[in-house]
Amino acid sequence: MFNALDQVFVNALHWLVGFLPEALRPLVSSLLAVAFVLMVFPGIFAIVTVIERKGLGRIQNRYGPNRVGIPFTKIRLCGFGQFIPDGIKSLTKEDIVPRAADKVVHFLAPVVMLIPVLLAYSVLPFGRNMTITDYDAGLLFFFAVGGAVEISVFMAGWSSHNKYSLLGAMRAIAQMVSYEIPLILSAVTVVMIVGSLNLNNIVAAQNHYTFGIAHWHVFTPWGLLGFVLFFIAALAESNRTPFDLPEAESEIIAGYFTEYSGFKFALFFLGEYLGMFAISGLGITLFLGGWTAPFSFLIWVPSYVWFISKLLGIIFVFIWIRGTLPRLRMDQLMNFAWKFMLPLALINILIAGIWHFMDHDWLRWPVCSTLIVLAYVTLGRGLMQNQKLGKRIYRFAE
Amino acid sequence: MLGEQIIKGMAVTAKNFFASYVSKDRLTTVQYPEERLPQKHHTRQFPFLVYDGDDVQKGLRCVACQICEKECPPKCIYIIKSKDKKVDYKGQMQVYPVTFDIDISVCMSCQICVEVCPFESIKMNTEFELSTDDRFGGLLLTKEQLAKPNSYYQKVHPEAAAESDAVIAAEKAKAEAKAKAAAEAKAKAAATVAEPAPSPAPAATPPPAKP
Amino acid sequence: MTLSIIITAIVTILAAATAMSLRNLVHSVLALAVAFAGIAAFYLQLDAQFVGFAEILVYVGAVAILIVFAILLTRSGEAPDQSVLGPGWFYGIIVSALVFTAIGWAILNSSALPTEVPVASDATVKHIGEALMTKYVLPLEIIGLVLTAAMIGAVLIALREVSTAGGSRRESAPSENLSGLTSTATNSSLGGKA
Ligand code: SF4
Ligand code: SF4
Repeated sequence: MFNALDQVFVNALHWLVGFLPEALRPLVSSLLAVAFVLMVFPGIFAIVTVIERKGLGRIQNRYGPNRVGIPFTKIRLCGFGQFIPDGIKSLTKEDIVPRAADKVVHFLAPVVMLIPVLLAYSVLPFGRNMTITDYDAGLLFFFAVGGAVEISVFMAGWSSHNKYSLLGAMRAIAQMVSYEIPLILSAVTVVMIVGSLNLNNIVAAQNHYTFGIAHWHVFTPWGLLGFVLFFIAALAESNRTPFDLPEAESEIIAGYFTEYSGFKFALFFLGEYLGMFAISGLGITLFLGGWTAPFSFLIWVPSYVWFISKLLGIIFVFIWIRGTLPRLRMDQLMNFAWKFMLPLALINILIAGIWHFMDHDWLRWPVCSTLIVLAYVTLGRGLMQNQKLGKRIYRFAE
Repeated sequence: MLGEQIIKGMAVTAKNFFASYVSKDRLTTVQYPEERLPQKHHTRQFPFLVYDGDDVQKGLRCVACQICEKECPPKCIYIIKSKDKKVDYKGQMQVYPVTFDIDISVCMSCQICVEVCPFESIKMNTEFELSTDDRFGGLLLTKEQLAKPNSYYQKVHPEAAAESDAVIAAEKAKAEAKAKAAAEAKAKAAATVAEPAPSPAPAATPPPAKP
Repeated sequence: MTLSIIITAIVTILAAATAMSLRNLVHSVLALAVAFAGIAAFYLQLDAQFVGFAEILVYVGAVAILIVFAILLTRSGEAPDQSVLGPGWFYGIIVSALVFTAIGWAILNSSALPTEVPVASDATVKHIGEALMTKYVLPLEIIGLVLTAAMIGAVLIALREVSTAGGSRRESAPSENLSGLTSTATNSSLGGKA
């Protein structure tokens, strides 16, 4: 019964495809799977925009949107219908292209943005037997297509012929290139331990239980550090506060999509959120056990429910951080990436190696934990040392 | 240690988040159409015209002197004087405004019209929900829309209304006293005139006293 | 030759030709990125997943961006007005066609050419990794050493530039411009390694 519930989408797909002639089956089944992803994740995007506004509101002791519910009725649904007018508004707005813009590149940029982001979903395991393509090098594929986002950011910033756009694009690219390194290095630990780049194998490696607790990587010392590093780098990769310099409203208007309006702006917005979901999904797959349940008595809950709820949990933390932390300065951002995250990620690789070679020895727990704490404290000291906190001296304002 | 303060900050925001669902005192927002704050004592929005009694036409205090029209800084008042006259609240014959429009999309609520009006006729209203879907005609208030009875004024601004009522009562009393004095003087004059010259034509009544 | 390979080939060659013939350098880079992606698609169609993804990761993600940065930091003014083709382009084409024919003829007639197509070996990521860690571990280490040396050299060059530009005081000051930014970045990467 629970198994049937778990596999309901997979079975429905097989059942639907079963009506077709043999030759068409692979094509149609992949199309249906793609359509499923294209339905579910933009749907989550729509809901998350409302959740984000409500959450930020509550953090600031406001209500947030609470008016719009089902159209033409008096039902308000706590404002969760807000995305409908928002969507209609952005679709019906005038599409303005600056006269000096490079028209073709300006037009292509949002499309180029969305394609790699959507491609990234093709390797994520959303549930048991729910992966669109089972690549042997799935993790590599994810990072490869993620790297293509930078091109679109550059296209958007450069083609607008606007100084804010270009500044935003430069900041975005510098930030993405810098944070991609800790991102990949923190993911490498998982690859080392599991011994596979295949995301399904990585999930399968975490699908064991000792004393009823799952073997998620985040429950090990190196996994915890790796997850924290991955999470911070993911924040920076998806341009979220406190790493939102590329689109810092108070400094450079909207960064690389300053000159976009209407539908193209909506595409950028969508692309950014879908990228955030994808990278959160990867973090879940690598460290939080993918679609597996945290405790063995909970395995009856369908796998995709676990995936989606973990995703929403991570997004909630994203929103929480956005409501808490102020924006970093450019030099702080770079120092943090290169002087703190990168060495820590390298040390973490070393620790993961130690963990692997001290197999089945309980001593590996204290040894690895001590090493991590030592590295964290030392590097943290080093990062804080250069920070000259004190009375601020104004050169011109006095 | 690195990250300590971040945790502290996150705790603060988490507390805000959850407490705002529990205690309503934290939320400063007033959910406007359903909930309303009581209006401030001296709230002033846009001008309106006061009339006495029940009849707008008869009781309107405005005498179309056009002082407010001239003084209004953004020039949003438009008045057309009448050709004929009617009795004003002092009992004198006065012209009255045939048209009295205020464009409240232009009005800046400066209250200068109220300050300069010598006839206690234009006052500030407290009404603020004036939105309309016709941005030209809908925001041009005519005399009929502007006119409000004195009782309404007494309701929205009781103290100011009492003051202005006192002023009017005093003026009325003065005017009455003056009229009485004038009537007495007239009677006296009539008596003195009648005495020395009774001979001319009796039909020739003395012309009415010129004001 | 399946249809998809032909399409990929046409797209790749067209993109490469566009990259050569456009006047606007940034457009050329974008076309070049398309060509890189086309090459990656080739690898994928040949079932060489690792090489294909590495191609996208390194070339589309990093090299194209690097070229873009190089153009933006060095280029002055707008695209040139004159044609990108030099005066002797026609002879150039003839010469290159001749060279191509000669090489092609040599290869086709070479006795080293295997007569039958070898069976495609199953080159999964796992196999590549194992080969790198066992058979080719020495070359791998040497490449790592060379790259590290190159990086240290780059850092040294960047360091000298900073010291001539504004003395040691500037190094600690938060510099807003991009060159300062890259120099801080490389500095710190040295610190991270050391
Ligand atoms: S309040 Fe000021 S602006 Fe408005 S009508 Fe009176 S004088 Fe004019
Ligand atoms: S409102 Fe007052 S100032 Fe204006 S025309 Fe009437 S009497 Fe004169």
